[in-house]
Amino acid sequence: MTKLASWLKPWWVPLALLLVLEVYARTVGSGSDTLAPPSAALVAFGGALRDGSLVSATAFTLGAAGLGLLVGGALAILLGIVLGISKRAADASFFSIEVLRPIPSVALIPLSMLMFGFGLRMEFAIVAFASFWPMLVLTQSAVRQIEPTYLEVSAVLGLTPLQRSLKVILPAIVPRLFVALRLGVAIALVVAVTVEIAANPNGMGYAMMIAQQSLDPALMLAWLAWIGVIGYVVNVAALRLQHWVAHKMGVAT
Amino acid sequence: MNPRKQGGSRWQAWTASTFVFALLLAAWWAASTSGWVSRVFLPTPAATLDALRSGLANGELLAFSAATTTRMLQGWLLASLLGIALGAAVGVSTQLRAYLQPTLEFLRPLPASALLPLAIAIFGLSANMVLAVVAFGAMWPVLLATVHGLASVDTRLKEVAACLEMSRPAVIFKIGLPNALPDILAGMRLSMTVSLIVAVVGEMIASQQGLGQAILLAARSYHANELFAGIVLLGLIGFVSNGLLALAEKKLLRWQTP
Repeated sequence: MTKLASWLKPWWVPLALLLVLEVYARTVGSGSDTLAPPSAALVAFGGALRDGSLVSATAFTLGAAGLGLLVGGALAILLGIVLGISKRAADASFFSIEVLRPIPSVALIPLSMLMFGFGLRMEFAIVAFASFWPMLVLTQSAVRQIEPTYLEVSAVLGLTPLQRSLKVILPAIVPRLFVALRLGVAIALVVAVTVEIAANPNGMGYAMMIAQQSLDPALMLAWLAWIGVIGYVVNVAALRLQHWVAHKMGVAT
Repeated sequence: MNPRKQGGSRWQAWTASTFVFALLLAAWWAASTSGWVSRVFLPTPAATLDALRSGLANGELLAFSAATTTRMLQGWLLASLLGIALGAAVGVSTQLRAYLQPTLEFLRPLPASALLPLAIAIFGLSANMVLAVVAFGAMWPVLLATVHGLASVDTRLKEVAACLEMSRPAVIFKIGLPNALPDILAGMRLSMTVSLIVAVVGEMIASQQGLGQAILLAARSYHANELFAGIVLLGLIGFVSNGLLALAEKKLLRWQTP
């Protein structure tokens, strides 16, 4: 009984909020263009699920976020390893990185629009830019924190820089790379949705924006909740992956 | 690394840094002047500088920058106050945490910009609507940092507080919040970044005066030099605000490092 009660605890607040919204939307705010009862949102969600727009919009957003993360992350890891190994390279690029990094990713939305038009490319370019910087910083610090004896061994063995990167450094930083990846995943999804809301007529963000503009609050709330669920699931999955990899690699977290 | 050589190597690092940055600028200049990259979206550095100078001279860009900075700062201050207050309320009680924290954790990854359509539906296209979304979106890093900082108070400190029969507000202000301060400051830095991003997006969507709207209009009318001028200013705002907060963090947390 007490176990059930403690299991239920996290659910009381959201359920109460939904109930309040339901009652409010059915009484005072009925017929409103701005709010809809959660039950109507559920119906609208079912409709979006049936007509396929839910799947295609979700696939677009996740695809753009994933592709952007892949490109931005791969470049960040490459450059991060170089800057982590060579103090000289890190010193030389320090200023340029500090100047470029604070540019808010959304400031590139208009530029990306000019360069690529609307569609997948403009979105994934911005996601790549946004996820590049934090992953670069984390990769660089991961390489810096490698046990020095590993590097001494690779020097004694006379490994070339490429061999050293692939055989010693990359395996040594894997657990930390997954920490960086978790952060990158969170950023990529937020940026992708933001780009869709601000400009790109594709994906979940745009679907939500259009629902609002066509005065369909039920569908809008359905999308908002769905974006929330997707964000939560993706973040939890990334965190699990990070812990799993750390566990496999024998790192205590 | 080597303390003996530090002065010289720092000087060397700065020269190398400046050199690389100059190289980047030169690459930009070469790519745009030679026409290798289309001028439609890559203006020459000179054209960008020109747009910056004339925009600042006639006060237009200055007004936009001021509007965006004000929006960012107001949203950030609201977010910090709300975040600390709510975080302290939730974090101080284990009971309340059990009820609320899962919901908060669920809402945290929700993109702040996803609330814009909802906010537009409720408040309409107004400056206050944008401010509300900025504050709401930027609140999470501070709120969760405060909750975490209060929840991680050392058991012995709690026992001391119980022995001294300290009142609940006293526990919060004398033990809880100081303990949470490093977390809160880190959260506030992140929240400043979020504020700037959401402020720019809000200006783009709700057509509020500011750099966000300015760069969108510049892009729509194919004025790449004005677009770049806006991006440069936004980068500058991000750079300065982040740098100032990092400085403040160092000053405020001096007690941590003996």
